[in-house]
Amino acid sequence: MSPRSRHWHWLLVIPTVAPLLTPFANRIEPTLFGVPFFFWYQFACALLAMVVITVVYLATREDRP
Amino acid sequence: MTDRDVEVGVFLVLMAGVVLLGFGAARWRRPADPYHLEEWAVGGRAFGNWTMWFLLGGSMYSAYTFIAVPALTYGLGAIGWFAVPFAIVTTPLTFIFTTRAWSVARRHGFLTHSEFAAARFGSPGLGALVAVTGILATIPYVAVQLISLQAVLRTVGFGGEWPLLAAVTLISICTFRSGLRAPALLSVVKDVLLAWMLITAALMVAMYGGWGSAFRGAATRFAATPNPADGLLLPETGHLGFFTLVIGSALAIFAYPHALVGMLAAKDRDTVRRNAAALPIYCMALGLMAMMGIFALSRGVTPADGDLNTVVPRLIHEYFPSWSAGIAYAALSIAALIPAAVMSIAAANAFTRSLYRTYLRPDATPAAEAWTSRWVSLIVKFGAAALILAVDPAFSVDLQLIGGVLILQTIPAVFLGLLTAWFHRAALTAGLISGLVTGLVLLWDIPEVDGTGRIVAEHFGGSSWSIGDGRSIYVGVVALAVNLVVAVVVTLLVRAAGVRDGHDGTRPDDYHADAGDPYLQRLDELIDGLPTGGSGSPAHPSGGPSAHPPLRSPGQRVL
Repeated sequence: MSPRSRHWHWLLVIPTVAPLLTPFANRIEPTLFGVPFFFWYQFACALLAMVVITVVYLATREDRP
Repeated sequence: MTDRDVEVGVFLVLMAGVVLLGFGAARWRRPADPYHLEEWAVGGRAFGNWTMWFLLGGSMYSAYTFIAVPALTYGLGAIGWFAVPFAIVTTPLTFIFTTRAWSVARRHGFLTHSEFAAARFGSPGLGALVAVTGILATIPYVAVQLISLQAVLRTVGFGGEWPLLAAVTLISICTFRSGLRAPALLSVVKDVLLAWMLITAALMVAMYGGWGSAFRGAATRFAATPNPADGLLLPETGHLGFFTLVIGSALAIFAYPHALVGMLAAKDRDTVRRNAAALPIYCMALGLMAMMGIFALSRGVTPADGDLNTVVPRLIHEYFPSWSAGIAYAALSIAALIPAAVMSIAAANAFTRSLYRTYLRPDATPAAEAWTSRWVSLIVKFGAAALILAVDPAFSVDLQLIGGVLILQTIPAVFLGLLTAWFHRAALTAGLISGLVTGLVLLWDIPEVDGTGRIVAEHFGGSSWSIGDGRSIYVGVVALAVNLVVAVVVTLLVRAAGVRDGHDGTRPDDYHADAGDPYLQRLDELIDGLPTGGSGSPAHPSGGPSAHPPLRSPGQRVL
């Protein structure tokens, strides 16, 4: 892997830190389908993790024969 | 036919199917050399995307998780939700760290963290210590899976000891015959059943007024309890405890032997990386399960005999249509048996590779290794069963809690070791031992407090260490901090004293090796010339630890 493409790995900091921001997420409103923010925020984080990891994977994938 | 008959009938039919499938698994993608430990233990390192994804879900998201996490949200609300952020945090870390672990393990033929630690820091003693810690932490983890299984069996109506022993015997025979192939195949079945259970659960919530009314109902009930720590949000004083619990649990995932064994079965690096991207789907399933605890509370489901772990089985029994309940029970039972199988395989590998081959039989053939691992995995499973049958089951839950703190202490060697060989082997050993002692002393010091603040037991009352004014901190993280400080200070001291470093048996490019890597290819040709079963020890160019088992052909991928 080239050192350039490895910079993409820094994107992974986002889904690592986002689920840990519980003091910020510690609120009821806004609710989504009746679920308090504190709970649905983590579902959003899981989706974010999927998107970011997929992007990093596609960006750093090596072309192998 | 009564509802009860339908429930039990569906459950029994599904379980019988699972047993047949488990027995047949040995024939699935039949290996060239079934007596090789690599075939038995990591499925010949040839599992593709789908198999891997199911196997990881099967071994990491266990019945204990699906029963204990809703039990926590039922009892405490927001604090129980820690399991979801913790699961999410592990996925980007898996992308980076597990890929490195896969590569180095692939090139050296490692099956366990302990072998890696021994090679990385040039210290078989450190490897043995990591192996022993791993085994001690894993046995109670197997035991709590069996406790979950027993809770389900009891709800179905099979109380007592014999149903549990029968289930353990059957899964043991499956694993003994098929190795990692059995849990991998069963994981697919488990996920299908579990998906059905989650859909039923979601429909059930919608039928009873949706999440809005469930959360409002739970809020009313939390407000009525005297405990200030429960509720739908974290109390002001709860953030530190929550945060350290998330961090500690997430790191522990990278130290538990069973978490690695699943990943090593991947056929190449991209399979590991693609899996990391797909793993958050399991986090969402876990989140949905965790919210079932809130729903159960709002509906006023009461646990049997005050045991919160029966909340989910009771909820299923009372609210699911009977045939769906049968499916859900089968899903939970398989979800207990798969991790039990994978964990026992992992613990057995740690014993075989870092204790048996290092100290007892250095010249063990691959066939002898596979034989030893098979029998040790049996001992681990029946040991865990004995632990819950002979001793108070509550004791196993305590032990599992302790196990989590213990396994965290191997993080500097097995996790940070993936990035750096800076630490000195003596310092890591000293750090590990200080961490273990600190963790045990703090856990011993925590009294068990019931909901009203009354002390019901003097010692081992949880893993939250109180630091005054209502705040607490997860013991594992405190012990890990002590561990790291000791490791850094001792490394600096022994370097200053001029003590020689351990020999690092790995090279930087080992951490990026992939299937189809030219070095691996060359090695395979080398090994193919050796007689079958011979303890071929291909010399690594860097002169790493001797007696690596022959690496499997990377070309072996069939699906």
